[in-house]
Amino acid sequence: MTASTDGMTVPADDVAARLTGFVAALRAHGLRVGTGETVDAAQAVAALGLADRDLLRAGLAATLLHTEGQRRVFDPVFDLYFPSRIGAPTVEAPADREDLRERLALALAADDAALLGRLAAEAVDGFGGYGSSPGSDGWSSYQALDRIRPQTLFARVRDDVRARSGGSGFADRLLDDEIRRRIETFRGQVATEARRRVAERRGRDEIARRAVAPSADRVDFLFAGRDRLAELRRSVQPLARKLATRLAARRRRAARGTIDLRRTLRGSLSTGGVPMRPVLRRRRPVRPELVLLCDVSGSVSGFSDFTMLLVQALHEQFSKVRVFAFVNRVDEVTGLLVRGAADPEGLSARIRAEATLTGWHGSSDYGVALGEFAERYEAAVGPRTTVFVLGDGRTNMSDPNLAAVRRIGERARRLYWLNPEPRAQWGTGDSAAAAYAELVEMHECRNVRQLEALVGRLLPV
Amino acid sequence: MFTSVDDVTARLAATGYLASPAVATAVFLADRLGKPLLVEGPAGVGKTELAKAVARVAEARLVRLQCYEGVDESRALYEWNHAKQLLRISAGRDESWDEARTDIFSEEFLLPRPLLTAIRGDEPTVLLIDETDKADIEVEGLLLEVLSDFQITVPELGTITATRRPFVVLTSNAGRELSEALRRRCLFLHIGFPEEELERRIVRQKVPELSEALTASVVRVVGALRAMDLRKVPSVAETVDWAHTLLALGADTLDEDVVRASLGVLLKHQDDILKAGAKLDLDAV
Repeated sequence: MTASTDGMTVPADDVAARLTGFVAALRAHGLRVGTGETVDAAQAVAALGLADRDLLRAGLAATLLHTEGQRRVFDPVFDLYFPSRIGAPTVEAPADREDLRERLALALAADDAALLGRLAAEAVDGFGGYGSSPGSDGWSSYQALDRIRPQTLFARVRDDVRARSGGSGFADRLLDDEIRRRIETFRGQVATEARRRVAERRGRDEIARRAVAPSADRVDFLFAGRDRLAELRRSVQPLARKLATRLAARRRRAARGTIDLRRTLRGSLSTGGVPMRPVLRRRRPVRPELVLLCDVSGSVSGFSDFTMLLVQALHEQFSKVRVFAFVNRVDEVTGLLVRGAADPEGLSARIRAEATLTGWHGSSDYGVALGEFAERYEAAVGPRTTVFVLGDGRTNMSDPNLAAVRRIGERARRLYWLNPEPRAQWGTGDSAAAAYAELVEMHECRNVRQLEALVGRLLPV
Repeated sequence: MFTSVDDVTARLAATGYLASPAVATAVFLADRLGKPLLVEGPAGVGKTELAKAVARVAEARLVRLQCYEGVDESRALYEWNHAKQLLRISAGRDESWDEARTDIFSEEFLLPRPLLTAIRGDEPTVLLIDETDKADIEVEGLLLEVLSDFQITVPELGTITATRRPFVVLTSNAGRELSEALRRRCLFLHIGFPEEELERRIVRQKVPELSEALTASVVRVVGALRAMDLRKVPSVAETVDWAHTLLALGADTLDEDVVRASLGVLLKHQDDILKAGAKLDLDAV
């Protein structure tokens, strides 16, 4: 563990143990990896050898993964179990901050990925350690990045590249974005390196369990960052396609219907009262209506946005979809959503700008909003309508207005409530979720996986 | 078939297919482990082309099953030649029933469809099952026996097992989730958009007349477009198309006018064109 070695020379037993540990870590993150795949992976390792790490990564990915989405879990775990080196990087002189920044700027300008990787290692080694023991008690990518500040190199790198290429040409207007992307990549490399160093100290298995971000469909809506939400938005269309097939299948099954006893018996008269041919009750092909009532206040807007887009993508399945947004006042946003399908990123901003959602103050008030909905938009809810309320039920200590909920529930065919908070937190603090849950069928809906299951099951056919 | 991953890369390159390390590794493993290769990825990154290239490298015949909605057993596996069977029955009038029955269900009256064709031959074979996601879920069930044991059971004849395992490539655009059972039997390869350097080489190879500097600019612009949030981002096929277009337009360098005139080659939606135009500071598109 002390010497720095590129390439891995390890006995066979160790490789097998490493591989099974790796697979166990993947399973702990919800990837379904069978024994058969593990055997395949071992064969792949045997065929490819351990000399080339990128080949090994590609080989294990080919044998162990089933979808591209799993790559997000696979890559960080792979970095932990098959690190590119062990111990500290071999640096001749102790790194000096200015010197490192200098070299980093050059590497960014040249877009040299391998060099950037080495610099990331140096950065963590030189500036990421904290604690008092001789080596260090831990490694923090945040601290390393805070000291190096790669983003401040931006202007320098741009001038560098411009000077080198002559600074003309159409493609140069893309330079800013490209440099930003390179810096982002470097930050990622630093994070990976820090995670690896921590793993060495504390045991790989523990870090693999805790420090790897979950795959997109398991991310909590409430804690998803901006890039994660963007990733989720991109998954709306495929998910909608999947759900549409499922709805169509349910509809087919439902259309077969039950036996119509009266018509069966009347038909049986011609066969002497023996019911030879059962007559099925025919169902009228009425497409159901859907009303969505979404809390779009800051805390839960990620969840509402995603669900709105999903329902919009499914609109062909219903005769009518109407979407209402509220914070403490209600307004219809169906029109915004139709146009918003082309630009999902700006959706929530536009909703906030163009709809009247707040009255005297800016915090959410379920009681007032639901009351207003029941009064102003009573006509939107009828006996064919299924209503979904989306929100955490945190009503800032004001009156939950249970009467309004009851009124909506009586008019609608079904009324459901999807709550992005974990069930244990319902009714805690200023949450009126527990009170609402007594009136409405409330479901916990914390991530895409749960949402998918709920939507597939609850949507009317 | 292959000795190493580098061997795969070199030999595929010789037929004109430039493979990334991940692609080469997956092909190598599929050959070594004798498992089917499931290739996913956006349209136009060369999924089908990969199968064709492997066939060229191995000097194997390419058997292709194009999937579509409603493809079924008689299109994928085999079918009895009913007309010929009827002829055979009416030709041998004086035969006993037993003779006729055993005779009309023999190989002579079997019409092999792609899957059976691929399994029966003795020569090296690459079986391409294209756009698997377009087929109905029942067809996947059909594929399972073929892909795991390389055998097909014909009730009247018995089980036909491959004497020589074909190299199987399945492609999918992820239009529908393939079943877990099918994925489990395959090696998985996702071909995404290539890295800048690889894409430059691809364009250089397909459009060698384009100058090196212009090729680099083309690839950079396409890379920037892919980073935008567009409805349909340009694929490798579009990059090559664009390179051809620029060549036809006789452009030496990229400038605003040329890009504005030819953006339609890369982007297929008006929204996208407007958005990209704004991001690239084109005045009016």
